[in-house]
Order: sequence, then C-alpha cells, then structure tokens
Amino acid sequence: MDTIGSAQMIKIIGYMCDSIEEQKDYLSELDGAIGDGDHGVNMAKCFRQIKAKLPASEGKDVGAILKDTGMVVLNSVGGAMGALYGTMFLRLAQEAAGKMEITLTDLVRMFKAAEKGIRELGKAEVGDKTLLDTVAPAVAALEKAEQEGKSLQDALSDFEQAAKKGMESTRDLMAKVGRASRLGERTIGHQDAGATSCYFILRAFSEGIKQ
Amino acid sequence: MKKFINDPYDVVDEMLEGFLAVNSKYVRLLDTARTVVRVDAPISGKVGVVTGGGSGHKPAFIGFIGKGMLDAVAVGEIFTSPPPNAVFEAAKAVNGGQGVLFLLGNYAGDVMNFQLAAEMARAEGIPVEQVIATDDVASAPKDRIANRRGVVGEFLAWKCVGAKAESGGTLAECKAVAEKVNNHTRTFGVAIEPCTVPAKGVPTFTLAEDEMEYGVGHHGEAGVARIKMMSADAVTEKITNEILNDMPLQAGDEVAVLINGLGATPQLELYIVYRKVKQILDAKGIVAARSLVGEFFTALEMAGFSVTLMKLDAELKSLLDAPADTPAFKQF
Repeated sequence: MDTIGSAQMIKIIGYMCDSIEEQKDYLSELDGAIGDGDHGVNMAKCFRQIKAKLPASEGKDVGAILKDTGMVVLNSVGGAMGALYGTMFLRLAQEAAGKMEITLTDLVRMFKAAEKGIRELGKAEVGDKTLLDTVAPAVAALEKAEQEGKSLQDALSDFEQAAKKGMESTRDLMAKVGRASRLGERTIGHQDAGATSCYFILRAFSEGIKQ
Repeated sequence: MKKFINDPYDVVDEMLEGFLAVNSKYVRLLDTARTVVRVDAPISGKVGVVTGGGSGHKPAFIGFIGKGMLDAVAVGEIFTSPPPNAVFEAAKAVNGGQGVLFLLGNYAGDVMNFQLAAEMARAEGIPVEQVIATDDVASAPKDRIANRRGVVGEFLAWKCVGAKAESGGTLAECKAVAEKVNNHTRTFGVAIEPCTVPAKGVPTFTLAEDEMEYGVGHHGEAGVARIKMMSADAVTEKITNEILNDMPLQAGDEVAVLINGLGATPQLELYIVYRKVKQILDAKGIVAARSLVGEFFTALEMAGFSVTLMKLDAELKSLLDAPADTPAFKQF
C-alpha cells in the first residue's frame, strides 16, 4: 500500500477514537499528577463525538474527512487540547483538500503544516513538556523516511517510534508552558498527559493503515 | 467521591438548566453555542464585555452577567476553557456596534481559544480587543509577571470594565480600564482541602492534617509549596506581605480589599482573615476604602481563601461604586 485512501482515513480515525476511549483512565491519571486530572475524560468526550459523526464523513475526500474531525475537536470540549488538536486536524485537512487518496509526500506536507499550526498557536518549543515533544520528532522522522525512499508503512512505523520516544522524553522534562508549568520542578518525573494523548492520535496513522 | 450529582459528564449542562431557570430575568442561553448572554443583549451603542472559562467557579462567571457587569460568558467544561465557537457566538450576540472586549484569565486553553475566536470575530468585521488577567502573585515571579495566572482579580475587572461600558465608554477606554485594574491588583491564595473534579472522581491532591498548600490558584491544583498549617493571623500576615512586597503601597494609599472563599471555607473564617488584613493595612496607614468578603470565584468544594488588594484611584473607586444588577452581585 503506497497511499491512504478516503476509506482508510475513516478507519484511521475510528482506530484513534477507540484508542482514546481505551486510554482515558491512563490519560486522566497522568494529568492528575501535575494537572487537574480531567484530560482523559475530556479527550474521551471529544472522540466519542467524532466517532458518532464519522459515518457522515464516509465517501468524502481525505481533506473533508479530516476537516469534519477537526471541527468537532475544535468546538466540542474546549481546553488547550481542543484548540491545539483542532488546529492540527484543520491544518492536515487543508493540505489534503480535494484528495481521494494521499501519498507519503502528501502526508509529510500535511504534518509539517500541522506542526507549524501547533507551534504558532501554542507558542511552545520542543523540550517544554507539551504535545509538541511528541509531534516534532515524529514529523521529522516521517520526512527523513520519505527522503530515504522508505515505503508508506515503514515511514509511518518510524513516525510512530519517534512519537513514542518523544512522548517518553517528557517524563524527565520540566513543564515550561501550560497549567503544569506553575508547578515548576514538581513536574519532573511525570510523563505529560498531552504528549501522551498526542502519541495515541499519531499512532492511529501507523496502526490504522493495517486495519 | 461523594457529590450530589447525576452523570458526571452532565454536570455543566444540568447546572446551566437550573441556573437559567432561576435567572431568566437576567440571562438567556444562545441556540448556537453553550454561551450565556444578558437577556437584553445586544445593547445598541454599548461595548460588549465578554468573558468565559471553565465551569466549577460559581458564582463566576455566569453569576456576574447583567447590567453594569458582563454581557456574555462562554461556558466551558469543569476547569476547561470553552471552545472558540462559544466565544465567537458571544461576541456576535453582544456586539452593539461599538465592538467587544474579551476579558480572560491567563491560562493556555483560554488564551488559545479566545485568540481563535478573536480571529473569527474580526473576520466578520467585529472589532475585538482583549485583556488577560495576571493577578496571581504566587504563579510566577515579578520579572515574569505576564506569565502569572488570572484569579479572582478578574472579578474586579468585570465590575470596573462593566461599569465603564455601561456608562458609554469606548472599546479603547474599556480596555484601558481592564489594563489598569490588572496592573493595580494582586492576589495570593492558600488551601487546606482539595476539590474533586466530578468526571475524575478523586481529589486533586491530598494533605496531611497539619499541612496546607501555599500559593494555590482556583482549579484545585496544588500550590507552589506545601507548608505546615498556620493560624488565620499567621497565614494572613504571610500572604498579605507577599502582596505588599510585590505591589508596594504607601501610607495614605487607598485599596479595595477582596477576601475570596474558594468554595468550602465558611464566611466566619473569611471575616477573621479580613480582620487581620485590615489590622495590617491600618498599621501601615493604608486605607481599606472598599471591602468585599465572600465567594466570588471558587474551585468547587476546595477549602481555602485568597486575599486580593487593588490599589484605587478616583476612576477605579467610582467604577467600583457604580450600580450593578446581576444574579450574584447587586449594588444600587
């Protein structure tokens, strides 16, 4: 498989919804250590709405599917996550507008745009203990794999591995932005909840194409 | 968790249903988003004053919608900022032709969602300005003052800006009042019991019998330090000094004093705290010209309080004294 078609994108988002549902207690537990403990609940609430509306996106192009998802994310539960993930999906959507299938080259362009959107809105840097610590290395790995001529599946596997490492790197970081940053050094030793939910979102691309 | 709720996912909507029924004289809910607006909005020729944030802070935010205060509030989940469309719909609903001022606290989610909403509103031709409250001394050192959280000082901004807007102030004048309030206001909070976010089900932190959280905000989050429990006088002196060190005041200066209960601290204790603040100010020759004691901005059932001082000038004093008629704050 060297492209992701519109039907496959529906499966990827479906896989994403199921992952978030499965991981909701874990995400809240991580958030509870250095936040207010509702991340899993809010993510689950949001992705339940996405799952409920997903059938209505069937048959649309990849950009339209991602846009439908992005609008739900942006306007359902709010929070920093709603704004950041909403922006992420809408930027992915813009770069895939009108396409019934996307190639690895498209995917690199889409995720670079998404990363740019997240950076502009969130004003965080890599190392600040946010979801950018998951996104940035994953996008870099995807681009590198594309330049090395890897297959779509192998590139997404690199993407997932880099995202995972990025997520795990947040454990030893001190939060510099967001609510957790108020706790300063008390945040060291706790993996960031947003970086973790972001990993489950990104993993859905590497796992969802196998569905 | 022991709470008088039904499904934890429904607490905000069920609360709103009750609140709207009680206060239909003051407010209505928009059809387009979870946004509560003044019943007579938009008011032609008046700047619209919009705020919003997570729920769980009663009587903030929606309790202060009405004449002389807020025009609209975008309602979020518990301790979670509302999405951009709720803020955008608020702006549309209250724009009386003079533009809209967004007042928000300095939280990542609120800042991002209000920014997206401001872009949406400006794209529709609505002039929008915003002022971000940063009154919480504990949340960042003075050299990074812009990183501080906004806490109950926001109430003073709603009161003063609302009065300015009601009296025909322009968008620029209302914004200037909000900035002045923020520059003149400092808050410091402490807590002795956490709160439980309904959908989470367990307390946000646990404290031993002889411990307190020092420098808390109003989301049940831990403070900047955990210290030994102190008497009312000792802790009040400690936090009032934090404020006075951060915002030096001279003998003869006038201030508004606001003692805010965080949800489960009785008024009895709040008045004991007020008494001590007054003694400290009196000893320094600082005049407590206006005083407010009660619950203005809570964190569910958190036990704790905060002390806020706002340095007054003639303008702020008259705006603070102006009439207001809202579900939770009335002054005639």
